[in-house]
Amino acid sequence: MKQRQYINGLMALAVASVIFIVPFVYIFLMAAKTKQQASTLDFSWPQEWHFWANLVEVVQTRNYMLLLAYFNSTVITVGAVTLLVLFGAMVGYVLQRRPSAASRLVFGFVIAGLMIPPAVVPTIWVLQGLGLFKTLTGMILIQVAYGLSFSVLLFRSFIATVPRDLDEAALIDGAKPWQIFYRVVLPLLKPVTVTLIVVQSIAIFNDFTNPLYYLPGKENVTVQLTLFNFQSQFQSQFNLLFMNILLVTIPPLIVFIFFNRQIVAGMTAGAVKG
Amino acid sequence: MSARQRSPYPYWFIAPAAAIYIALFLVPTIASFWFSLTRWDLFTTEFIGMENFRQFLKEPQLINGLVNTVIYAVLTSGTKTVIGLLLAVLLTSGLYAQGFLRTVIFFPVLVSTIGVGITFFELMHPTKGALNLGLAAIGLPKVGWLTSPSLALYSVALIDLWKGVGLATLIYIAGLASISPDYYEAARIDGATRIQQFRRITVPLVRPATITVVTLSLISGLRSFDLIWATTKGGPGFSSDVLASVIYKQYQAGFYGLSTAGNVILFLLIAVLVLPLTLWMNRTEADQ
Amino acid sequence: MTKPIHSLALASAMALVGNLAAADVTLSVLIDNNAETITAFDALTAAYTAAHPDVTFETEQRPGGADGDNIIKTRLATGEMADVFVYNSGSLFQALKPEQTLADLSALASQANVVDSFKPVVTSQDGAVRGIPFGAAMGGGIYYNIPLYKELGLSVPHTWAEFMANNAKVAAAGKVAVAQTYGDTWSSQLFVLADFYNVLQADPNFAADYTANKAKYATTPAAMQGFAHLEEVFKAGNLLNPDFGAAKFDDGMHMVASGEAAHYPMLTFGLGTIKQNYPDLVNDIGFFAQPGEDAAHNGLTVWMPSAIYVPASSKHMDEAKGFLDFIASVDGCNVMIKAIGATGPYLIKGCELPADVPPSVADMLPYFQTAGLTAPALEFLSPIKGPSLEQITVEVGTGIRSAADAAALYDQDVEKQAKQLGLPNW
Repeated sequence: MKQRQYINGLMALAVASVIFIVPFVYIFLMAAKTKQQASTLDFSWPQEWHFWANLVEVVQTRNYMLLLAYFNSTVITVGAVTLLVLFGAMVGYVLQRRPSAASRLVFGFVIAGLMIPPAVVPTIWVLQGLGLFKTLTGMILIQVAYGLSFSVLLFRSFIATVPRDLDEAALIDGAKPWQIFYRVVLPLLKPVTVTLIVVQSIAIFNDFTNPLYYLPGKENVTVQLTLFNFQSQFQSQFNLLFMNILLVTIPPLIVFIFFNRQIVAGMTAGAVKG
Repeated sequence: MSARQRSPYPYWFIAPAAAIYIALFLVPTIASFWFSLTRWDLFTTEFIGMENFRQFLKEPQLINGLVNTVIYAVLTSGTKTVIGLLLAVLLTSGLYAQGFLRTVIFFPVLVSTIGVGITFFELMHPTKGALNLGLAAIGLPKVGWLTSPSLALYSVALIDLWKGVGLATLIYIAGLASISPDYYEAARIDGATRIQQFRRITVPLVRPATITVVTLSLISGLRSFDLIWATTKGGPGFSSDVLASVIYKQYQAGFYGLSTAGNVILFLLIAVLVLPLTLWMNRTEADQ
Repeated sequence: MTKPIHSLALASAMALVGNLAAADVTLSVLIDNNAETITAFDALTAAYTAAHPDVTFETEQRPGGADGDNIIKTRLATGEMADVFVYNSGSLFQALKPEQTLADLSALASQANVVDSFKPVVTSQDGAVRGIPFGAAMGGGIYYNIPLYKELGLSVPHTWAEFMANNAKVAAAGKVAVAQTYGDTWSSQLFVLADFYNVLQADPNFAADYTANKAKYATTPAAMQGFAHLEEVFKAGNLLNPDFGAAKFDDGMHMVASGEAAHYPMLTFGLGTIKQNYPDLVNDIGFFAQPGEDAAHNGLTVWMPSAIYVPASSKHMDEAKGFLDFIASVDGCNVMIKAIGATGPYLIKGCELPADVPPSVADMLPYFQTAGLTAPALEFLSPIKGPSLEQITVEVGTGIRSAADAAALYDQDVEKQAKQLGLPNW
């Protein structure tokens, strides 16, 4: 049994490595090549290692645009995810704890939010009306609006596993609704919160269509927009293009490796009741 | 405790989220439904009733796009569900290097769609791509992954599977972990084979996770746009066009009314396919 | 690459200051991210700031193609356009609702410098001129590899039959006869669009009839030819590069410049890519107009360059106009020639091309020097251009759809555009 597991494991490891790692190796090798060698697109070892030179060149392109993009993307991601966790948990909490016609209606809107593709131009008008167009604040709120449905669904199903006795005990102790939520329930949601943070921050960090529409302006560039912009500029410089892909993939990779254990723990703890 | 007067779960908890949702999602959406009844060039609107819907349904690419949308959504969500479950079972069976494998399978989820699109466009290049060079090396013919009209849609679905199966696996791993080991213990005592255990215990008990995976992947499959746009742009010709890319092309061409009409149609399609599933999901949950 | 990062602070500071201080103005500029456009604009803005230290620039780039169209329209519609921007002339310009969104530049002093043939393609339906030319006029035709032509003893074809005969010889020599690059779908339209000179020879009223919904591609034999040529090249079976479905514009230019391919149908701005990426190959490519049926009527389909516009919403109208006056002057033109050279004649009176232009440009100039040897592309004579042409031509060029079917489908495709523009008779 032990040996069979070992062999199976090795085989799975080999297959998974080929399927899931090879494309990353490809990105990495391409990012290290010279322009000439990269243009052949083949899967080969770099004849000369230009990794550092390529990195410097990509970072310096257009007045260090990439660094500004990192900054903006980080602000948007952190801001939006914070609000998504807080507001998503509050809505999920009420929807789960208080079954009523009103809750069902709200739930219907949550599902609709998952299904309806956003309407770009009217959204821009609203943002302009609120003075939030072309601002990071506006972008954060857009990401919150678009990500809420997923957050609510996830929290709602997770809160089902938090025993009601806890809220009632706190209530009897004279806690106010806000205190029950903030002091009693929210801390228990940590596992699913971690999951949500990872999933949403990856989605928001990697989003490119929404910043393209709602966040024009040179000073507002985000990392995925740099990739989009560089795609045509680097058309004949695949080494730089792939270096750019590599650079914009690193932050999510770090978040993931950092939170890896908690993610599975968070989902395991019962996030998938529905 | 009189819940009627003072619930410990006040509705105002919904208020901040609702404010953002209403202002930035609901209002624009309702406005866009109105625009779908107009000829709209962003500057002026002219009410034309159902003309846009008629025009959109007349689009030569549309039927093809509708069929492709359904094929793509069913294919990606089906394969993600099946392969995700199998991988999850494999990765909870105490394999060697299990933790590492779990991490690796999730890696593609982390890469942005554009990044994946660019990478696979080159890997699937018909003459220079690593995939075809690999096939050629073992004596197989080269394949027009993204350039053959009969294959392009399936190649994109394959990339989607590669990118998305990690998330499905993760959800399943979590779902499997919540199944009590007692069931398997009892089954083993009764002499059930591993395949029987899988069919009789794992599949039914992991159903909440299945519903999550199917719903999320079906919706994202039906709305899928980014990956198709980053790889084939709906081509060659119109052969990998889906509803979302047809809509986007109308938008790009400046047919804003037509494009919003397409959005409404897409919404209806999703509702028709997904709503029954969601209702069923809620009912089963209420039953528990 | 010299300025350190300080954009955030700077941008907000400038936003505060911008409206208050009239003396120091920062003009925002939106250009496409084509390497030549960027180089040219860097040179133009630097030269202008050197002469007018009170005006500085903040340049922003956008993607090209349909994504770019989208951004331009959205930003104009929402009043968020930069003070100065570059965009296509002709039918795409008309789709911007120029009467409402763009400033009237008829009274601009430098309009006197602009070649008259350019003005119609930036004139809105109310008769106001709303742009100035940016860059050189382009020809649509076929690039060929000069060393390969010499090696195989070929001569420049003047009829389509001669062209196909050349192709057969190239293929027999084991080279790619025609490079096609459907990885960039727009590049698939060339055989159709660049055939328009030939269409006009057979049917001089085609553009007007087409706009009036009287002539159709599918029912006009001369107009069908472009689609038929595209089909013929595919059906010959051995003429195209094997990766034609995935190759991109840049690959196509490289193939024809390096001699891997003999021909590449393209607009003459393609030379810019060769200059930028493979400068030592510049003298290896030549250019000829897409040949028609009759050698006696051999001429070039011409594309007007993009134009520079000022949105009606600009807060720095006077400064923007001053900058445009500079661009449309002989000095401005010379700054551009110095920065990016010449890929064709500039449309500024008195702006002479340097004597030592590359062969492909030299091949193109004679068409301009004789009256009647050039004709504008259809998109400069009619506001109607169907959005799906590039997908349809990919279909024809890939053998998915027949030429006849494609022409009929395209006729159907343009209907939407005509209705959207509110043209009579549709």
